[in-house]
Amino acid sequence: MKLPIYLDYAATTPVDARVAEKMMQFLTMDGEFGNPASRSHRFGWQAEEAVEIARSQIAELVNADPREIVFTSGATESNNLAIKGAADFYRKKGKHLITVKTEHKATLDTMRQLEREGYEVTYLEPQTDGMVTVAMLEAAIRPDTSVISVMFVNNEIGVVQDIAAIGELCRSKGIIFHVDAAQAAGKLDIDLQALKVDLMSFSGHKAYGPKGIGALFVRRKPRIRLEAQMHGGGHERGMRSGTLPTHQIVAMGEAFRLAKLEMHDEIQRITVLRDRLLNGVKDIEQVFLNGNRQHRVPHITNISFNYVEGESLIMALKDIAVSSGSACTSASLEPSYVLRALGMSDELAHSSIRFSIGRYTTEEQIDHTIKIVHQAIEKLRAMSPLWDMYKDGVDLNTVAWVAH
Amino acid sequence: MAYSNKVIDHYENPRNVGSFDKDDDTVATGMVGAPACGDVMKLQIKVNAAGIIEDAKFKTYGCGSAIASSSLVTEWVKGKSLDEAQQIKNTDIAQELALPPVKIHCSILAEDAIKAAIADYKQKHGG
Repeated sequence: MKLPIYLDYAATTPVDARVAEKMMQFLTMDGEFGNPASRSHRFGWQAEEAVEIARSQIAELVNADPREIVFTSGATESNNLAIKGAADFYRKKGKHLITVKTEHKATLDTMRQLEREGYEVTYLEPQTDGMVTVAMLEAAIRPDTSVISVMFVNNEIGVVQDIAAIGELCRSKGIIFHVDAAQAAGKLDIDLQALKVDLMSFSGHKAYGPKGIGALFVRRKPRIRLEAQMHGGGHERGMRSGTLPTHQIVAMGEAFRLAKLEMHDEIQRITVLRDRLLNGVKDIEQVFLNGNRQHRVPHITNISFNYVEGESLIMALKDIAVSSGSACTSASLEPSYVLRALGMSDELAHSSIRFSIGRYTTEEQIDHTIKIVHQAIEKLRAMSPLWDMYKDGVDLNTVAWVAH
Repeated sequence: MAYSNKVIDHYENPRNVGSFDKDDDTVATGMVGAPACGDVMKLQIKVNAAGIIEDAKFKTYGCGSAIASSSLVTEWVKGKSLDEAQQIKNTDIAQELALPPVKIHCSILAEDAIKAAIADYKQKHGG
């Protein structure tokens, strides 16, 4: 077996070989390298056609109209464009926005920026299982609330929010509803004809496409308007200027086409592997699965190993590529803000590992992971003064710690 | 984060992991840090009648650098008098292990652990 084992598919996925193959056809002189905005020759027309096919492939995965898909550089840009663009355009309606504390930084930091620009933002605290209820949102809505942003699938704990119900609420109140679906596309069924979502962000590289490409769904009926955040040649109907990267767009289209074809088999296969992983570690003492048990995707599993510190655990799991928290924050020593928002203690949040399973994960890899996890926990607990105290029946909350 | 080879060596083969009986008169214990900060170090020293640290053991909850720092100081304090052990500086630990700036607090914690163990010994023996 090749080591290390990649179990960080929520951070990024490898590009599917079929996607890479397709992508390479749009780069060189022999390929279709033209600028899709060139109207005066065949090179441009061919590139434009390829872009429009990809746009349809992306729309088909989520049951949208191709004209509702705007290409961006990734889900971060999509979130920025959606939230800032809608907040700006509809600022006459009000300057109050609502989001959730467990959102991705691309949403939270965008909200922070809007606060600096004079908007007011409510950051909802989810339940301890990570779920946001319609009642919570309803209580936070004000007459001047213009935009609500809630992610579909949480990137750290994998819980799936009730987007259908939240959409109904937003529509009934005339509030623009944005959904970050970076971790959801290709992981669960998304039907934008049925969901009352106005704006939805997608990422290429979370779904076996390349990095540097994403999309934003912008609803046509009822029509949603955005203030552009990137100005220039008026591409993407003026919502996002910049030469379209044909090779990346084609690749994202192919990745989403494959997702539509293979998603259901893949979900089943990954669920079996996830259950195998959970069964393999459940007999370890003081191990907790984070997030709601029912409303979750099988791809992301976040587990706390009490009395073991996360970074040393990751070091002990050096043959397994996992993360504590999201890749965007793993350079910092802070415990995951997502787990903290669930009301988890700092120490338990420090002791948490995200395992994310994907297309190329095998049963053999999961079995090896289980073995290494057992060894690591045993080694680190033998070294942990907190484990000794727990075993001696000391309540760690009553200890007078010398904080530093 | 890329660790130095010395940190990895101490982390993979930690020296002197374990505990002494804390009620033993020749044993002193220093416990520093807090779970909420992600590091707790427990350092125990065994001191002979001549005031020399004969043996040392540690248990640490923390990152690889914290484990390596505590493993290293158990090696360093052995054979030293309490006064000599008191002189160990976090900068020496950080330098020996080539700790990156974000991990300097681990060496500070290790220094604090030695000082706490020595203080515990002195308190036990009316010093």
